[in-house]
Amino acid sequence: MANATEGAAGKAAEGSGGMPQLDFSTFDNQIFWLAVALVAIYLILSRVALPRIGGVLAERAGTITADIAAAEDLKLKAEEAEKAYNQAIIDARAEAAKIIAEARAEIQADLDEATARADAEISGKTAESEKRIAEIRASALDSVTVVAQDTAAALVAALGGAADDKTVTAAVSERMKG
Amino acid sequence: MTVATEAGSEGLVFHPMDQFIVKPLFGGDTVGMFTITNATLWMALTVLAITAMFVLGTRGRAIIPSRAQSVAELGYGFIHKMVEDVAGKDALKFFPYIMTLFLFIVFSNFLGLLPKSFTTTSHIAVTAVLAMLVFLTVTIVGFVKHGAGFLSLFWVSSAPLPLRPVLAVIEVISYFVRPVSHSIRLAGNMMAGHAVIKVFAAFAPLVLMSGIGILVTPLSIIAIVAMYGLEILVSFIQAYVFTILTCVYLRDALHPHH
Repeated sequence: MANATEGAAGKAAEGSGGMPQLDFSTFDNQIFWLAVALVAIYLILSRVALPRIGGVLAERAGTITADIAAAEDLKLKAEEAEKAYNQAIIDARAEAAKIIAEARAEIQADLDEATARADAEISGKTAESEKRIAEIRASALDSVTVVAQDTAAALVAALGGAADDKTVTAAVSERMKG
Repeated sequence: MTVATEAGSEGLVFHPMDQFIVKPLFGGDTVGMFTITNATLWMALTVLAITAMFVLGTRGRAIIPSRAQSVAELGYGFIHKMVEDVAGKDALKFFPYIMTLFLFIVFSNFLGLLPKSFTTTSHIAVTAVLAMLVFLTVTIVGFVKHGAGFLSLFWVSSAPLPLRPVLAVIEVISYFVRPVSHSIRLAGNMMAGHAVIKVFAAFAPLVLMSGIGILVTPLSIIAIVAMYGLEILVSFIQAYVFTILTCVYLRDALHPHH
């Protein structure tokens, strides 16, 4: 190193045998700039970067917590909805069964009433018919008697006898009883 | 020293430590306190890279993060959890401070891995300041919070009484050695790895000069790649170690009782 400079750098390289770290003449320079750098980094970090990152991390943790809570909430709601749905189905089934039973009872009542009315009508009609039949039978019997007397009187007259009404009537009645 | 000498007449040059020289960027030879040097440049780039990731990357404030934002959140969560787990919940007010240290170191380490770059954290001046900051913070916090009770950190009450003065001396020494080991560990790791890469790099052009280079050049290139991979690991691990030790020291200050 024949052309070594007279400067600190040159002296460091040749003087201490290649340990620029031990060249004390550069210490004040390095320490000054180190202080500047450290203060700059500290201010940048503590004023801007760290609060921002801390905020982002907190916000993210908050978001995640809130999302998990919301999910739990929704899950609970879904479970409740399912329960309500099942309850609604059970209620509806019960309601339907009740309506069916009511309808059945109503129909049964209507049916019973109609049957009773029909029975009553039928029995009324039957009674009337029987009365009519009896009347007809009675009138027919009377007619038969009259016809028999007339026929007997005519027969007697035809045979040349004179028949009074009383005898003929008695004879016919006699016969008709037998 | 042999490291700075030229090896042989072929011009195989070993200057593994030249990469650590602090030199003015805009001419001049002297490095004054306020001179813009390569150290200034790479510290500025560190600040810019941190700003890019943690301010520009998170400007969306998205619930579902972009890629840059998720990396920033990863870093935030990593250090936040470390502070909380190691130093305790009441140490969280030091979180921006510890985050600053971690990000400065990790970004400096990784930027230092770029070819032709300058590794600010390979300088003992830088790491010593970082370590002294931690040491002073921890000591001041300890005395402010606990007053003279902070000294019970050195009085191991679980040990047998006759042993306690001896242990106290050892504890005090170890307490004052902390910033030394804290800073030299980081600077030493960064310097050693970069220097080794540089040494292998110096061997790489041997194929242009002599026959043995056919063997040496591929080997040195493989070695550079392997060392580079190791350095990526070391860059992160040293930042991690520095930060977690800071948390451990902070826990001692907040809860000095063993």
